[in-house]
Amino acid sequence: MADRAVSHPGFWRRLFDGDLAWSFRHSPVAMVSALVAAAIILGAVFAGLVAPHNPFDLSTVSLLDALDPPSWMEGGTADFLLGTDSQGRDMLSAILFGSRISLLVGALSVVFAVTLGVAAGLLAGWLGGAVDAVIMRLADVQLSFPAILVALLIDGVARTALPHDVQDRIAVWVLVISIGLSGWVQFARTVRGSVLVERNKEYVQAARIIGVAPARILVGHVLPNVLTPVLVIATIYLANAIITEATLSFLGVGVPPTQPSLGTLIRVGNSFLFSGEWWITLFPAATLAALILSVNLLGDWVRDALNPRLN
Amino acid sequence: MLVHIAQRLVQSIIVMLVVALVAFALFQFVGDPINALVGQDTSQAAREALRHSLGLDSPIPLQFLRWVGRAVQGEFGLSYQLARPVGQLILEKMPATLELSFTAALLALAIGVPMGVYTGLRRESWLSRVFLAGSLVGVSLPTFLIGILLILVFAVWLRWLPSFGRGGVVQLGWWSTGFLTLDGWRSLLMPAITLALYQLTLTMRLVRAEMLEVMRTDYIKFARARGLTDRAVNFGHALRNTLVPVVTVVGLQLGQLIAFAIITETVFQWPGMGLMFIQAVAFADIPVMSAYLVLVAFFFVVINLAVDLLYYLIDPRLRLGAEAASGRG
Repeated sequence: MADRAVSHPGFWRRLFDGDLAWSFRHSPVAMVSALVAAAIILGAVFAGLVAPHNPFDLSTVSLLDALDPPSWMEGGTADFLLGTDSQGRDMLSAILFGSRISLLVGALSVVFAVTLGVAAGLLAGWLGGAVDAVIMRLADVQLSFPAILVALLIDGVARTALPHDVQDRIAVWVLVISIGLSGWVQFARTVRGSVLVERNKEYVQAARIIGVAPARILVGHVLPNVLTPVLVIATIYLANAIITEATLSFLGVGVPPTQPSLGTLIRVGNSFLFSGEWWITLFPAATLAALILSVNLLGDWVRDALNPRLN
Repeated sequence: MLVHIAQRLVQSIIVMLVVALVAFALFQFVGDPINALVGQDTSQAAREALRHSLGLDSPIPLQFLRWVGRAVQGEFGLSYQLARPVGQLILEKMPATLELSFTAALLALAIGVPMGVYTGLRRESWLSRVFLAGSLVGVSLPTFLIGILLILVFAVWLRWLPSFGRGGVVQLGWWSTGFLTLDGWRSLLMPAITLALYQLTLTMRLVRAEMLEVMRTDYIKFARARGLTDRAVNFGHALRNTLVPVVTVVGLQLGQLIAFAIITETVFQWPGMGLMFIQAVAFADIPVMSAYLVLVAFFFVVINLAVDLLYYLIDPRLRLGAEAASGRG
């Protein structure tokens, strides 16, 4: 444990004191995206405090308020800034709470995909031989299918296999596992490549000679040195995970309407498009677009900032 | 070369078997089918007889083999939801999906390649910047959002185009086509653009990157020095050299189109296989789901195999280097 405690602050200090912070201050795109992403993330995390209404508290929701347009339009009230849906729920509050589910599923999927991918990559690169062959073959095969299709199929199969009564309760976890399983490959490939380079370096040999256990060399010495590209891919993958969640929820195989994500809100609002109540769809859609775009741009910036050669 | 093809073939067969196993395993989750077939007062002996006559008492691996045998012949049983043979349903829905995917692929190529050439040649022009910024939006926005926006603008606000279905279709044998009526084309427009947009931006970025790469080579400088026209250099020399990777990627993207067709078809209620699959998931219609799983896996395996072989045929360096660099590709 001791050497890990030393190596980690070094990594983070390098990251935030060094070129990265400088590059951030000199990239208007990165700053604006960070601002937008931060606004949505903070609004989502503190939805309970920020939101003007609680859309899930049935005692405060009234059908009399149903389908109110946004406040600046004729018939809108200041009480519901972005209008209400067909059940009289405040759209702004629904969006804040929905962003929370979207971000939660997205972030958990990234954590799951990173954990799985990094573990598989470390093992494949370190052990080599049959383990490497099996893991990388599996990765090759999965890579030939689009991630969103893999997630959709895993999710669809899981929904059929699980009994109905538990389905809604664990829908979030089913989603996280489906999206995570669809995204581990790129992490595994990157880490494996880096491990193949690192394993022959002198510090690893030195650790080996003084008798450090292989598992500890792998986790304590090699892992910190292969994490930078993982960080880059993870940022970009977060946007993908959010898109996948929104898509599955929009298709009706994601989170249930009782705890709607942005995708679910858009799905529900979609049926009101033709009767003229565009705000039920358009505001969640705009939020989702802004969130994805800002996370994507941030990811691009992280990639360029950490990899000056790629520019 | 032969070894490589054999390897790929074995790999494809393994993939198909794994997918078939998953598709078959789905049936194990729906409880005992005998209970669904007989009344409550049927005796135990009669149940066993029925079980035996349906082959449900044989070992699971044997049942799996039988299932694969029937699947190969296109028999997937009856849809739970519609009580019709699944093979027949798929044949009915396939033309819609294929026409949509094909149109989208053509659109992506016909617009994406010229845009890529332009942005590659005129890097600094304002139009290139607009294209690039637009492509970032195209890559970032989820397919369904683009579809909804198109519907909102062109169907709800402007009322120019229909928002759902295929419009008028003409039956040519078992193939129903929307290509022969004006209504069919009008209905196809928005779904095809929605489906094409992602591939279009990808094609454009790829062609642009390849063009930038090629334009830097001595070979282009020499062509210039020989006094060839810009047109001959740009198209005859540069573009031609970018086409190998472009063909490969676009070929692989055909599979992507089938996957993304699920989303597009749901947004536009396009009566294809993707919409059928989503409805099957909602109704736990397992025969349809399993058939779709197997079919999509089959499409992908065939496309990947074909692209792989094409790659080896087009690029002789790969053929020679395959043995030397055996292992990672």
